[in-house]
Amino acid sequence: MGELLTRLSNEHGLIMAFAVVGAVMWISYQISKHLTFGRIHGSAIAIVLGLALAYAGGITTGGKNGLADIPLFAGLGLLGGAMIRDFAIVATAFEVDVKEAKRAGLLGVIALTIGTILPFIVGSSVAVSFGYTDAISMTTIGAGAITYIVGPVTGSAIGASSPVMALSIATGVFKAVLVMIGTPFVAKTIGLDNPRSAMAFGGLMGTVSGVTGGLAATDPRLVPYGALTATFHTGIGCLVAPSIFYLIVRAIVGG
Amino acid sequence: MTIFGVALLAICTLIGAFLGDLLGVVLGAKTNVGGVGIAMILLIAGRAWLMRKGKLTHGFTLGIEFWAALYIPIVVAMASIQNVVAAVRGGPIVLLAGGITVVLCFTATALLSRIMREPETVHDRAAEAHAARVLSGAAE
Repeated sequence: MGELLTRLSNEHGLIMAFAVVGAVMWISYQISKHLTFGRIHGSAIAIVLGLALAYAGGITTGGKNGLADIPLFAGLGLLGGAMIRDFAIVATAFEVDVKEAKRAGLLGVIALTIGTILPFIVGSSVAVSFGYTDAISMTTIGAGAITYIVGPVTGSAIGASSPVMALSIATGVFKAVLVMIGTPFVAKTIGLDNPRSAMAFGGLMGTVSGVTGGLAATDPRLVPYGALTATFHTGIGCLVAPSIFYLIVRAIVGG
Repeated sequence: MTIFGVALLAICTLIGAFLGDLLGVVLGAKTNVGGVGIAMILLIAGRAWLMRKGKLTHGFTLGIEFWAALYIPIVVAMASIQNVVAAVRGGPIVLLAGGITVVLCFTATALLSRIMREPETVHDRAAEAHAARVLSGAAE
């Protein structure tokens, strides 16, 4: 029976991965709906669950590739590998409308600029304080503080190690979750009550799931304004983090 | 046709990856410099061009939107194959990096929306219409 299952997953690795991820997504959205009452978006829970499964896989097998080290789940390595991941991330740019971009205006541009640079500096500084002093690790963890997509895209482009990639993803996810939960509490204090501040907010916080989740819990009317600027965040991050930012970090710390 | 959309996405991704590698060689970085970002710009440009030509059909769009819709599940798959055991030994780096970032960005939001406040409230009718559609579930 076990042998048959292994053969099935060997021959249908990618298909197996679709089914497994589908199940993880379903469970996550159920948790989101029934345990957090929609407060934490299902996608963030799913990524945390993915990291937890990777931890379980690593503990069980002693390997370095998380769940993919268990033969039954080897197909996850293909679905979650750099090739298909980059393909899907590029596809998300298709929803960007240039005309929409112009509506964000100067405020959007300033917010996006600060929202990309600030998290990167924080992330890479914290990385240094924990002993990750090489340019590649610093850049990857700094990029993760921008969003959980920018982190791994940057990491695999510049050749970061898997533990650093995991830290980078986890940093981005933690940021998204904090934004989702924290936004309604600080909304009044930071003046988040009009479309313009929502656009600034979207550009600064970046993480689309965090921004839309947080704004939805604050005032649903603000969601599209925040999402308008936030959607550019990942694209800009993917463009500058593995290029300009990496080169700057490398020029400062060397190697 | 749907495959044309998938093919455009593939071509943009390939050109982006190639230019990213090339830039890496030119800059002596031995890495892919911004390939995904370049590919995204190409795709946005491609979309605008097809829109102008009136060739952005439903099938074409479907070929790209399918992959866009799968990106969170793919990120979940990616998360599940990382060396998390080694990362956990890294300590509370995640909590610090994420936490400080969020606090600083909340502060920046407060400052920015105060500094950039408009003299009078201007109603953006297009935005309001879009917001209404988003709320009714008709748009993203």
